[in-house]
Amino acid sequence: MSVTSNTQTAPAAGSRASKREGSALTRGAAVGYLSLLVLIPLAAVVWRSTEGGIEGFVRAITNPQALAALRLTFFASLAVVAINVVMGTLIAWVLVRDSFRGKGLVNSIIDLPFALPTIVAGLTLLALYGPRSPLGLNVAYTKVSVGMALLFVTLPFVVRAVQPVLMEIDRDMEEAAASLGASGFVTFRRIILPNLMPAILSGAALGFARSVGEFGSVVLITGNQPFKTQVASVYIFGQVESGNTAGAAAVSVVLLVVSLLVLFGMSLVNRRGTRHDR
Amino acid sequence: MTASRITLRTLALGYLALLLVLPVSMVFVRTFSNGLGAVWEAVTRPEALHALWLTLLVAVIAVTANTVFGIVCALVLVRHEFRGKALLNAVLDLPLAVSPVVVGLALLIIYGRTSLVGGWLAEAGIRIVFSTPGIILATIFVSLPFVVREVVPVLREIGTEQEQAASTLGASAFQTFRLVTLPAIRSGVAYGIVLTTARAIGEFGAVSLVSGKLAGRTETLTIYVEDRFQSFDLVGCYTAAVVLAVIAVATLLLTNLTSPKEEY
Repeated sequence: MSVTSNTQTAPAAGSRASKREGSALTRGAAVGYLSLLVLIPLAAVVWRSTEGGIEGFVRAITNPQALAALRLTFFASLAVVAINVVMGTLIAWVLVRDSFRGKGLVNSIIDLPFALPTIVAGLTLLALYGPRSPLGLNVAYTKVSVGMALLFVTLPFVVRAVQPVLMEIDRDMEEAAASLGASGFVTFRRIILPNLMPAILSGAALGFARSVGEFGSVVLITGNQPFKTQVASVYIFGQVESGNTAGAAAVSVVLLVVSLLVLFGMSLVNRRGTRHDR
Repeated sequence: MTASRITLRTLALGYLALLLVLPVSMVFVRTFSNGLGAVWEAVTRPEALHALWLTLLVAVIAVTANTVFGIVCALVLVRHEFRGKALLNAVLDLPLAVSPVVVGLALLIIYGRTSLVGGWLAEAGIRIVFSTPGIILATIFVSLPFVVREVVPVLREIGTEQEQAASTLGASAFQTFRLVTLPAIRSGVAYGIVLTTARAIGEFGAVSLVSGKLAGRTETLTIYVEDRFQSFDLVGCYTAAVVLAVIAVATLLLTNLTSPKEEY
């Protein structure tokens, strides 16, 4: 009995060992691919940014042109996120609660900014709101154009975050609130909005992280004038082209840190949200 | 109630029209107002065709690499327990949080001619920067997370019961993967591939820095759009943009077909 059981477990144990080996191999491959393609290049940027010591780093990010670009990037991204929060929630609301002909089509064009190359996005805005605007609206080469380009590319984030949550929300509470005499606005603010908040925040965070690093859509329409319409990514591009890699790397690190902090904050909020659910 | 509903609908649709629909339509109008002949001439120019060819070549390589990696990585994330898994998960999202320009800069620092790796490769006769390999690396970087992110939830959902049954019945690990796991995650993989392709074809910032923008050699279609714009060749510029926009719309249609998520 013991002999047969031994012979039966032996190959199983063997295959388990080879499976463990195999899994270590696939894990190694995944980690290796990621390190080689993503981690090492990014580490190189951080390393290059400190080439001139901490002093050099600080000097690079406090030079007036870099500072102006960073300031514009953050303020424009904040403004864009604020608009996205309002308009994104509104669009999600209309797509979930309203019904009209062509709603399916409207729903599918929401993703267009993700599918459209950013350089084309900038060109489309320039075609309508540029120097030869058929509407007579020319915002090209102004700060408005920066915001417009960022709004275009970040449109889907809040909509797509809020939409599924809004679909799942139980209508009972709203009906109870309404039957107790709450107006539509009060019901929205007191009952629906608290439920949507985690989704709105996570959409906003993703949109902000995207805005801060956006490049393609702003290149054509903003004109890239230093101190006026030059955003951080365009500043970095310019510094690389003129050979100042260390300066470019320093500003890149600032962008990286901000994006990571925002995404990290988002994951904290999400974790709290899910714990709350349980 | 109905009045407020109509107000909301008007606001939402108006916003979408002004920000999205009208600008995109305008590019089509601008392009075709030059007449079909001019459009055809612009598309069939050698530099335009080369840019299109290079874009597709780079996309095919990047998508293949990221699909294989994406499936392996999703299996590792869902089926294995190990230290540092949370870190791996976080690193996977990095490409979405990094500015494309920073990606380009990173590749220049590592593979540029004056860098250690770049100098060493140059001695071996391999050029990365200002050449196709650099464009491919940049494209792989920016489109890396999509397949993983789509496959992970599907993999989690299907569980391991069928795989265990297959391996009990004597299937090898590879057979189990090919005959049981792969068919089950097909929809997630397909959706991931569509998203990766869209990102790969549209990449501009990172490619802009590492390609050197050599006309007819390292210009992808997005770079070509900018190049034509800077040379005041609006017909060429708008035509190339329309080609990209058509690819984007086709991607969108494919996304709707392949999306494993429920309909809104």
